[in-house]
Formats: sequence, C-alpha cells, structure tokens
Amino acid sequence: MRLTRRAALGLLAAPALSRAQGAARLLVVGGGFGGASAARFARTSYPELQVTLVEPQARFVTCPYGNLLLGGFRQIGDITHSYDGLQAAGIRLVQDWAAGIDAAARTVRLRGGGALAYDKLILSPGIALRWGALPGYDEAAAEVFPHAWMGGDGSQIELLRRQLEAMPDGGVVGISIPANPYRCPPGPYERISMVAAYLKRHKPKSKVLALDAKDAFSKQGLFQDGWKALYGGMVEWVPASQDGAVARVDPGEKVFETEFGTRHTLAVGNVIPPQSAARIVTASGLAAKTGWAEVDPLTFASRAAPDIHIVGDANNGAPMPKSAFVANNTAKQAVACAAAALRGQSPPEGVYFNTCYSHVGEAYGISIVGIFRPGPAGFVEVPDSGGVSPRGVLPEQRRLEAAYADAWYASITRDMFGG
Amino acid sequence: MQGMPWPIAVLLVLPLLGGAAVADPAPLAAQGCLGCHGPQGRGTGAGARLAGRDAAELDAILRDYRTDARQGTIMNRIARGYTEAELAAAAAYFAAVR
Repeated sequence: MRLTRRAALGLLAAPALSRAQGAARLLVVGGGFGGASAARFARTSYPELQVTLVEPQARFVTCPYGNLLLGGFRQIGDITHSYDGLQAAGIRLVQDWAAGIDAAARTVRLRGGGALAYDKLILSPGIALRWGALPGYDEAAAEVFPHAWMGGDGSQIELLRRQLEAMPDGGVVGISIPANPYRCPPGPYERISMVAAYLKRHKPKSKVLALDAKDAFSKQGLFQDGWKALYGGMVEWVPASQDGAVARVDPGEKVFETEFGTRHTLAVGNVIPPQSAARIVTASGLAAKTGWAEVDPLTFASRAAPDIHIVGDANNGAPMPKSAFVANNTAKQAVACAAAALRGQSPPEGVYFNTCYSHVGEAYGISIVGIFRPGPAGFVEVPDSGGVSPRGVLPEQRRLEAAYADAWYASITRDMFGG
Repeated sequence: MQGMPWPIAVLLVLPLLGGAAVADPAPLAAQGCLGCHGPQGRGTGAGARLAGRDAAELDAILRDYRTDARQGTIMNRIARGYTEAELAAAAAYFAAVR
C-alpha cells in the first residue's frame, strides 16, 4: 500500500523534485519567522528528515524592524535576508507559491506546476489582508495609503518612507489601526513612535493622528509615557470610544472617515487593515469561521488535518500574540512533534516563549514577555510570569531594552537563516 | 530508514551535511534563550554569552531571577515562567557548549 502510494505521488512530482529514497519528508510552506525557523531547526535537529521549503520570494524582508526604516534608523538592506544559508545547510528550496493542499493525498500543489508530497507538513504562510473589509481599502488604495504590514519585497515600507520624506512640514500622518486580532499587537504603536521620531527631526510642525478601532492596546501606559517624554504633543491617539474607528477611506481625497462621520484629511495615510490567515489556509478548508486556523496546543496539528502543523500568524494562538518570536519558538515545537510522530514517539512537552520589544525612540525600548503552555482547551499563560517593562522614569532600563531589541533581531534572524 | 535506530541514521546522514559541525540542539524549553543570546547561547551584541559558563553559576543566576533575589532588566519576568527543572536543563545545555 505504501509503495503504491509513493509510486503514485512520484508521478505527480516534477523530475527535479524527486526525493532521496527512504527519508521521511518534512515539507515547510512559507519562509518567514515560522517557516524558516521550522526548516532550519528540522535540518539541524533531525537529520533523518528530508526538509523542503516552499517560498515564493527570493529574499525575506522582515516586518520586525521595518518601523525603524520609517524612523531613519535602518535601511532596507538591514532587514532583508537571503535563503542561501538554509540551502547550504541542506534544505531544498522550492521558489514557488503553494497553490493548494490535498490533505488526504498529502500533497501540496505548486502554482508553477507539479506537486510536492509530504509525510508531515509545516504550514506557516502568514496572513492575508482582507481587501474591502475596510470600505475603500483595496489593492489599488494600498498604492496611495500603504499598509506596510507584510514584508513582501519591501516596496510597501519603502513607499511609506518616501511619502513621509515627500510630505510638507505641518501635515498630518494618519494611521488606521484595526481591532484584534492582527499581526504584531504592539506594531502599530511602535510605528506611531518611529513616524514621530522622523517628524520630530525633519518636520517638527507635523503630527501623527492614530485612529484606533480599540480602546486599549499592548504596552499602552509605556507607549503613552514614551510619546509624552520624547514627542510632546506630536502624537494624538484616538480610541474607538472617542470616534477613533475608521469606517472608510478615500484615497482620491486623502481622507480617513470615522464611524461617526468625521473626515480627517491627511498628508500621508497608513492603513493597517483587518486580516485573516493567508489564502492557502482559508482556501484549503483549514481556517475556522474566524478566518484563523484552530490547532492542537501541544502539537500545532490542524484540527482539520492531523498531518498539517500550522504555525505563525495564521493560527489562533490566543492568548499568545501573533509575533515573530512566537512563530519562531512554536515552529520548533511543531517540528519536534512531527518528528516524534514519524518515529512513533510521544510528542514532547510544550512551553512557548515570547518577548516583543518595541522602540519608542532609537535608544528607548520597552518590552512585553509571555510564557505559555498547552492547556486542556487551548494555550494558557503561566501565572505570575511575564508582563511588561516597569513604568516610571527609568532611562537605563529604556536604553538597555533598546540594545536588547537589537540583540534579539540579530539573534533571531541568525536562528532562522543561519550565519 | 524506517526501522533503523535513529542514531545510526544520524551517522549515515551526517556526512551529507558537508562536514559542518552539528551540535546537539538546545532543549526545547531553552530554545527561547537563543532568540536573544545568539546561536547556542554564544552571545550577540547586548545579548550576554551563556555558552561555556559554569552550570551551577548559570542555574543559580536563573533561580535568583525567579525569586527576585537578583534584579535584571527583563530576565525576572522570563525566569518566573519556567520550572526549576527547565532552568537547570537550560543551564546544563549552555555550560556544555564549547
């Protein structure tokens, strides 16, 4: 039976994609914080696995530290990473889009033709932007009001940076922030900070108008303390209860319109739109009605398909945040569980780690820490652990946390890509 | 390789890695440390080097963070999330890295 199935799958695969005889096949879809981490961890920890990574982009531009481009503290090359190190480690890289999954046959169809067979699939495709969920915001509108919320080829974050450079002093930079859940809970507020840092230095008569669909946010007290200390009155954050929720955008008029009809005319507009799991997840029937994938909190196996482990922002990991560190860390548990199953062993115990640093200023960092474990009905934060940086006037703490953020970026990208 | 004891499989596959040094991976509970302290805890910038330090010293530091007997910048918040056994395993791993 097994030989027959393998023979059939062999016919599906293009000749160049044929596999070594015998090794268990771990296929990873998506080369971001979840997928690249999974592929490299599998390659270095489980030599019996043949590891293949499917990723359409030739290089990976990180979302983390993208905001520092807006502040002028990093260049695009600083946040762009090659897959050469993964290939050198023995991971087969297939530069293509995963177009569909046949969970019963355990194959992934490629947009460029052919299909890849797997014994276990690590699916880490990230998010999709829900075009049209915010009226007026579609792909064309994103060329006027960039989202800059997916790394892609870097063009979105660079567009936003160029718009800041081109705007007149005295203008308003609008940032539309969605309701939960979305990728990187503190990210919009770091973005506010980094835009303010740019404006303070180059366009001091300008301001940031942050319009939020929520009334509270991650590290709120720390961010607001930092804005006051560093940027004075340049930042205005408007919660939903004070008509902060943007109801539609008009790129032609450069206007954000709120729920109660207030029209804000902007020099630059950044729309962080509502999101869901990436299309491959929703199109393959792996997402719940929420738009996110439900997974087993110990193994990250899909509730809909047990040989598919879904990691990164695409799953519903609440109360874990959709963060790069969670993707990196939980991807390893998913790989360890897949490898254990292939060996006929029990899955290892799970403990999941997150730290999200945010730069309020170039040398002013704050953080939130969380440690989570699998529980009977989902993920559970370890009581009396984690939490945010202390509040108060603590310049050394802020300076150190900014330096630690830099160490985090250097460390985690090496963990993903080698080097 | 099904049916083959996996250490033998490792020996067979290792030469395919081009002679690259393959160290034992960090325990899963210590993988989070690598996010700031560099590959194998060898340190990166402000992320302190853990590799090659005395296991008992590392373990004592982690326990002191856990009880707030020692004040760190973020390590107190982190150490409280782990069991004493997990902290000891992390300390033993980093001490063994050469």
